[in-house]
Amino acid sequence: MNSSTQFQLGLSPIKLRRTMLFVPGNNPGMMSNAHVYGSDALMFDLEDSVATQQKDAARLLVYNALKTIDYSPCEVVVRVNPLDTPFGVQDVRAMVKCGAQVIRLPKTETALEINDVEYEIEKAEKDFGIPVGRTKMMAAIEGALGVVNAYSIATASKRLIAIALGAEDYCANIKAQRTEEGTELFLARATIVVAARAAGIDCIDTVYSDTNNEEQLIREATAIKKLGFDGKSIINPRQIRPIHAVFTPTPMEIEKALRIKTALEEAIANGSGVVSMKGKMVDRPVLLRALRCLELAKASKVYFDEEETK
Amino acid sequence: MISEKDYQLLKQHGCKMYLEEENPKLRKKHWLPLLLKEKQQNNITPTLEEAVKKSGLKDGMTISFHHHFRAGDFVVNMVLDVLEKMGFKNLTLAASSLTTCHAPVLNHIRSGLVTKIHTSGMRGELADAISMGVMDQPVTFWSHGARATAIEENRLHIDVAFLGAPSCDPYGNANGYTREGEGKSICGSMGYARIDAQYADHVIVITDNLVPYPNVPFAISQRFVDQVVVVDSIGDPEKIMSGATRFTKKPGDLLIAEKTAEVIVNSGYFYDGFSLQTGSGGASLAVTRFLSDYMREKNIHASFAIGGITGVMTKLHEEGLIKKILDVQSFDLEAANSLKNNHLHQQIDADYYADPFKVGTAVNLLDVVILSALEVDVDFNVNVLTGSDGVIRGAIGGHPDTAAGASLAIVVCPLFRGRIPSVLKHVNTIVTPGSTVDVVVTDQGIAVNPSRTDLIEALEKAHIDIVDIHELQKKAESVTGVPEPIKYGDRIVGIVTYRDGSVIDVIKNVESVTKEEETV
Repeated sequence: MNSSTQFQLGLSPIKLRRTMLFVPGNNPGMMSNAHVYGSDALMFDLEDSVATQQKDAARLLVYNALKTIDYSPCEVVVRVNPLDTPFGVQDVRAMVKCGAQVIRLPKTETALEINDVEYEIEKAEKDFGIPVGRTKMMAAIEGALGVVNAYSIATASKRLIAIALGAEDYCANIKAQRTEEGTELFLARATIVVAARAAGIDCIDTVYSDTNNEEQLIREATAIKKLGFDGKSIINPRQIRPIHAVFTPTPMEIEKALRIKTALEEAIANGSGVVSMKGKMVDRPVLLRALRCLELAKASKVYFDEEETK
Repeated sequence: MISEKDYQLLKQHGCKMYLEEENPKLRKKHWLPLLLKEKQQNNITPTLEEAVKKSGLKDGMTISFHHHFRAGDFVVNMVLDVLEKMGFKNLTLAASSLTTCHAPVLNHIRSGLVTKIHTSGMRGELADAISMGVMDQPVTFWSHGARATAIEENRLHIDVAFLGAPSCDPYGNANGYTREGEGKSICGSMGYARIDAQYADHVIVITDNLVPYPNVPFAISQRFVDQVVVVDSIGDPEKIMSGATRFTKKPGDLLIAEKTAEVIVNSGYFYDGFSLQTGSGGASLAVTRFLSDYMREKNIHASFAIGGITGVMTKLHEEGLIKKILDVQSFDLEAANSLKNNHLHQQIDADYYADPFKVGTAVNLLDVVILSALEVDVDFNVNVLTGSDGVIRGAIGGHPDTAAGASLAIVVCPLFRGRIPSVLKHVNTIVTPGSTVDVVVTDQGIAVNPSRTDLIEALEKAHIDIVDIHELQKKAESVTGVPEPIKYGDRIVGIVTYRDGSVIDVIKNVESVTKEEETV
């Protein structure tokens, strides 16, 4: 994809977030090589997985891990404690200082909470001489109020790159029962997808916690992909492979996308404003989907640039 | 009957070997049908002590054992206790390998009963003590192929072999399982023991399951066996063999396995009729899982699998994905049962498996082998014998044999274990030379031996990322830091032989032993 194509379609380069691997912030063993499994993002947790008396140790550990270990190509996200705990502000400051790419808020109910954290981030960036705006944000929606406020949350800050669903808390909150088919989550999921799309950011689905049930994981990943999610939070590296497989375009899809892309390139070469295939006009959404499909295929290593030039 | 004249004529013709008066070696029997009484004679000796007396064992001689009972073995300790009581001294213990259950050997070293050891490896208390220099003479470590060849060529001479067998008949036909009832324990193949049986001067089979003649099929033929001793128990069945080797759930091992399968599939050695061997360790075993998916998908069958065999392999055999199995050692009950029940699952001996000098040695016909490592270095040398503290905690096994024999030798290990790097500038002990190692697969990158330009080309064509092994080493070091050099003493406690019997490395004594580390 060349830049002029992107410009014409208003497409920003795709950042894959198919899998976000959850890493407890107090587990040095896991932190030393969490990035090798191939998840698109890592989420170091300072919140729920860390006991109160270990909060400081975990913060220090994650701080030093991010300073020491090159986690590329993974996107590094840190889930901090809420600002209304004694740890929240310190978490934010430490993570901004050590260069965490994304700070993830736990349970977010209102846009105001986003603004509060952003204020702390900005302050920390200024204090530590970091360009303001470098640190991105992510919010987790884990309750009824958060779902109701999804759009205002998603648009509360330019730093936001994604919103995620936390299903367990949400279900407890709305007094729903967890089911395999996920009926109880449908509204929340759909709302989050729509809010994220309206805000132009990504949306990440909740974890699937039975690490031994790969079949159900695949079913759930397939379902949320159809709903429009960009990916899923995961708790075990073993979940990466099946989820990426779900998000990997099939050879047929790739072939079709390539045909569309060729048509697009021809149209650009001819200076034509209309892309057409076999005499039929190709709609812009179809174009976008085809280009996204190729990006996904590249990231999944089932399609390579050199094949483009053939 | 021949006449006196004929007799004289035979003598004139020079046929003395047929004539009783001329050939003292000729033992003429009565030309009568065998009496029932004679049929009741057999090779059973009532006690071990008596058997030892009959064997002609003397101080300074070499006794041998096999390790098919792994950590469940009672035989080594039982025999040494008897020899200790009988007052023997200065014996050489030549086992195919020793394990954690052989810690009591230490007492016999201290008493002067055992003064020399030959083995494939050792672990635990015994290994710790030997690393710290408890023996005056260094232990010699052999690969399975090297040991078999050294015995065959009489470079390692065995005077008396004590071979535990899960089944044996009164004449010495012995096996690792039996078709005569259940038996107390089962070990599957007896591939290592068969060499000792064939070449030792005197062979005593020790069994806890005497079965009626003929014990068919047998691994060890009665023609090699001098005595049979029946004891209460030859080992702990639970420790001899676990039910089934399970696939690892460790994400790191699975990641390595997945990458390894990709390497194999794109290496050029993944063709219909290829052959393979995997180790029994986590990652190496898990490769089979991913590889079998590709085999089904691409309709590729292996012509044979060799080595230490697990249920994972025999399941693929039963599924039809692997046509034949050559089994020198069965690792679990499923493998042992497959040997018993599947007619294309063949027991082989250690020489058939890994003799370095013969044409047609199984490992030399191997396409792909997947091997574990404690340490690997930037020259692709591999250590499977000593830990990062310099202490013996492993076994050579068939590592150098298969690496040299296979067309594609892949070594798998994590980049580091805890705080200990596995990819180093120099391994502490060279067991397998880097010239025979083709690919190193770690969780953080794949390195290909620069001499294998064909492999590099094939893998790059398949878009498999390859890194320089120096980069892997630096990456490991960046996380773990540079390990402090091991403080070795100036005594040699171990001689590491290569498959041809030459010395490839030595192990020096250490001052202290740390209690940690995973073994392979």
